Amino acid sequence: MTSTNPILSPAGGADAPSAGLRPSRRSSVRAAQTRRKWYEIVGLTLPAVIVYVMFVLVPMGFAVYYSLFRWRGIGPPTDYVGFDNYVLAFQDPIFLDALRNNAIIVVGSLVVQGPIALAVALLLNRRFRGRAVFRLIVFVPYVLAEVTAGIMWKLLLTDNGTVDALMRSLGLGSLVRAWLADLDIVIWTMLFVLTWKYVGFAIILLLAGLSNVPPELTEAAAIDGASWWQTQRHVMLPLLGPTIRIWMFLSMIGSLQAFEVIWVTSVPAVRSLGASATMATYMVDNGFFARLWGYGNAVAVILFVISFVAALLFQRFLLRRDIDGAVTGRVN
Amino acid sequence: MAMKHRAAAGLALFLTTALLVAGCNGGDSEAPAESELYKNPVTLTWWHNASQDGPLKTYWEKVAKDFNALHPTVTIQIESIETNQLQRTRLPAALLSNDPPDIFQAWGGGEMREQVEADYLKDITEQVKTEAADIGSVAEIWQVDGKQYGLPYRMGVEGVWYNKDMFAKAGIAAPPATFDELNDAVTKLKAINVIPIALGAGDKWPAAHWWYNFALRACSVDTLKKASTERVFDDPCFVKAGQDLQTFIATNPFQPNFIATPGQNDPTSANGLLANGKAAMELMGEWNRGTLDTVAEDREALGKFIGWFPVPAISGSAGDPKAALGGGDGFACAKNAPAECVEFLKYLVSPEVQTGYAETGTGLPARKAAGDTVKDPALKSVLDATSGASYVQLWLDTAFGSTVGTAMNNAVVAIFAGKGTPEQVVDAMKAAAKK
Repeated sequence: MTSTNPILSPAGGADAPSAGLRPSRRSSVRAAQTRRKWYEIVGLTLPAVIVYVMFVLVPMGFAVYYSLFRWRGIGPPTDYVGFDNYVLAFQDPIFLDALRNNAIIVVGSLVVQGPIALAVALLLNRRFRGRAVFRLIVFVPYVLAEVTAGIMWKLLLTDNGTVDALMRSLGLGSLVRAWLADLDIVIWTMLFVLTWKYVGFAIILLLAGLSNVPPELTEAAAIDGASWWQTQRHVMLPLLGPTIRIWMFLSMIGSLQAFEVIWVTSVPAVRSLGASATMATYMVDNGFFARLWGYGNAVAVILFVISFVAALLFQRFLLRRDIDGAVTGRVN
Repeated sequence: MAMKHRAAAGLALFLTTALLVAGCNGGDSEAPAESELYKNPVTLTWWHNASQDGPLKTYWEKVAKDFNALHPTVTIQIESIETNQLQRTRLPAALLSNDPPDIFQAWGGGEMREQVEADYLKDITEQVKTEAADIGSVAEIWQVDGKQYGLPYRMGVEGVWYNKDMFAKAGIAAPPATFDELNDAVTKLKAINVIPIALGAGDKWPAAHWWYNFALRACSVDTLKKASTERVFDDPCFVKAGQDLQTFIATNPFQPNFIATPGQNDPTSANGLLANGKAAMELMGEWNRGTLDTVAEDREALGKFIGWFPVPAISGSAGDPKAALGGGDGFACAKNAPAECVEFLKYLVSPEVQTGYAETGTGLPARKAAGDTVKDPALKSVLDATSGASYVQLWLDTAFGSTVGTAMNNAVVAIFAGKGTPEQVVDAMKAAAKK
């Protein structure tokens, strides 16, 4: 890789003695450079690699191992059951509810947050007084801690709470529902809170993407007589493609692993009935609260595999042109 | 490439070895002989669940300091951890490792049985005979197969907390003694437009406790004891409990949308409904006196109207009408903890420390001698009921262990939500017992 000229690089390798003086010195310099380069790579990546191995790969290995046991966290795992825990999970109607809820959150987040974020980002990208303030306001929910936001919405959405009172005063009293108690509604309430919480993130990402669009392009479009709307549709939107796809990717992975907001906003009873459970809350409820450690690990592995496969498929089919050359083939 | 692999393998080996070595070095605390008590300096690690700033947390700090003043060789290192974290993650993980805390929170029942089976706990039967005898039959909750492994500092039975003013207004002469009278009271309370019974079903266990009480009334004491030790739930009384519960729910005694109402800790909880004069009754353990205070807008008014009566009896049922459900908090010592641990445990439940505990007002003391300090009239009636109970059945979810307990609570909640049957509760318990 490093010695490009075969004549200057003797067959015996860098350290082999050679007859010619000049070529030998050259090649040993190159060898030293190569070695230094490797020391640098190892030295600089080792801390990260150690942390990654210890806190990501090793626990993952353990999770797979423990998932094969009927184990309640008392004494070492000894009762090997093969894939029984996985079979049990897919036989539990509550886990299937959790899967369905995750699917609702994945699709719902994309379908609802995407258009809202795009519209708001395009608006906030125009110059007007107080733009910075609006940008800040839009971003506040995302900065708020999940638990804080969750408790806030739990109190607002409670029976005869602020939301109900507001709706009644607006003459929408007939639309008031038991937002957190109606088992058919609660998942949509969760989707609403999640949208409120994370749409700011999508907006900021899109704004960053918009600011990368060179002003020459919009100017050129304007000179060609394009309206503001036409500029957005035919210039901005296509150039936002990579940003939108990255946001979709992050949103999808986040939705699959949704936990904090739902854990806090939705009460344990409603979760245990499957109405608002996600794979992650199901894992904690069963792994820790029901003390089924082996089973909980199996659910963790299922969650990991689903996320991993989703990530791979997304990269393969949608992110391909954005990351061309990095993980896929070289661009020609 | 080969070098890279070797480096990775070497790294993995190094890390594994490091982990193993770290794991093995943790547990070399050999217990000294009795005669060596207080001779060598020891540090006891103490994990308790009074994690929120408040009277109990402060009191435990004082107790640790006092013990250190009495026995200067013993230093006590406190870690206070929120109950769920302590019980569900920290403690199980610490007990699995070779370095558990020396003395820690223990709730007795099924969990303690499993801890004993895994050889985690110190048998203290001989050392605490006097204390266990004075605490009485409830100390059995911290026993496994006749051997004592822990002692309670807090103990109380469950009953119905009620608003005396509302009862008077509705024309209910005396607290209901039977379920027929309770149903009658519910009708009268509806007539004055208050919520008859507040229910925090959102947290699952407050709803499940209704089922436990129906089971306590439907099942004989022997059946319950057998269920706790052998996890056998074949007796038809467990199905009967669910049927009685369904009948009771059908009378609509609870607030609407109770399935999402939290149990305690915030104004929208069932606690808040009772404490702030919106509901007339709530089924809850003895700690409720303190938690009602934390959500009350007017504590003085609460102190005046709050009363307590035992769970009503069901006429003609197999259960002992004088039996009550209850539970408490205790401590246990780890298997390899130094002998001083047991001495500290004994100190924690000594009449003197118990009296101080009663004064914190956070719960009822387990030692009878300390009971005299209890002044609140409602708490006083809980205390009388606790000592007067013919049999105290530990909360069923604690008694059966977390796995059966969680499955049972979930299935009971399904009945409350109109999505489950009495038979499904028993099926879920049986299935969980095999997990």
